[in-house]
Amino acid sequence: MAARILVVTSGKGGVGKTTAVANLSAALAQLGKQVVAVDADIGLRNLDVVMGLENRIVYDLVDVVEGRCKLRQALIRDKRLSGLFLLPAAQTRDKTAVSPTDMVRLTDQLRSHFDFILIDSPAGIERGFRNALAPADEVLIITNPEVAAVRDADRIIGLIEAEGKGPGRLIINRIKPEMVQRGDMLTTADVVEILAIPLIGIVPEDETILVSTNRGVPAVLNGRSPAGQAFRNIARRLLGEEVPFLSLTPSGGFLQRLKRLAFGGGTEGGV
Amino acid sequence: MGFFDRFRGGPSSRDVAKQRLQLVLVHDRANISPGVLEQIKDEIIAVISRHVEIDREGVEVHFTQDGRESRLVADIPLLGGSRKHQAR
Repeated sequence: MAARILVVTSGKGGVGKTTAVANLSAALAQLGKQVVAVDADIGLRNLDVVMGLENRIVYDLVDVVEGRCKLRQALIRDKRLSGLFLLPAAQTRDKTAVSPTDMVRLTDQLRSHFDFILIDSPAGIERGFRNALAPADEVLIITNPEVAAVRDADRIIGLIEAEGKGPGRLIINRIKPEMVQRGDMLTTADVVEILAIPLIGIVPEDETILVSTNRGVPAVLNGRSPAGQAFRNIARRLLGEEVPFLSLTPSGGFLQRLKRLAFGGGTEGGV
Repeated sequence: MGFFDRFRGGPSSRDVAKQRLQLVLVHDRANISPGVLEQIKDEIIAVISRHVEIDREGVEVHFTQDGRESRLVADIPLLGGSRKHQAR
């Protein structure tokens, strides 16, 4: 095997990088791939809790880099999904404990054992981001349909292009169909036009994401989660499948809710 | 932007967001602030008018976007200088 190394990045914090890494990793594992999710957010470790693996951490990425353990010892196997692993970030150290060269060396060791290495980048455009970007073969830029997030995504895209890793592919997260419909949210087409890079996925705003984070169970494992469906679609596109972008239709309106009450089930998937 | 704003015929908040983003990104990408752009414009006017008579008020310097590529476009109207030269 020779893994594809993907980094998920955004510039702005809080747009859904960690959620995307947790869900895409799980979705790729569901599709039978050997996947390792790497948390490159040194000092602000979070991928472990989102994936529900926080209680099993013994060693972390910095321990590996500094030679306190073997890489194999730091990998946590997800017992729910065969083929899914996590390499957690250090919680107590700062980003300077790791260099871009360290990240390249580390992922080179992982490459032969996996199909995919997904790196969760920290927010910002500094050392942590450089660390996450250094080993990447492909870049996924995640943003929200909101001015600050789109502006930061544009800045990140510029930096990625300057590193010769561009332009990357775009995930638009937390779309609210009701707001788009009444003209109060940038549309998918608006964001794609502004950022001018290829789109790989659109993910609706979805309460089940918070619920699955609460439980530490990725939303892709929940067959009823619209966002989970969206992330599964992105995973299939990463494997080269042509999966159409499903149209996002408002689902939270009074009439729809009434209809659902009256006729039961059938949320149309939403995405 | 709510229902009543739309009733009055104002642009939607989506349109406002898009326009503001497009404008700010032009400057972000080129790393040129609106102030620097004004300065560039003044300097272009100074250089050109040393050689030809131009309509200073009509000079326009702005960015255009094609995908992720930016272009600086200067539109400088001449004050019929060439025709005067021919007449002489």
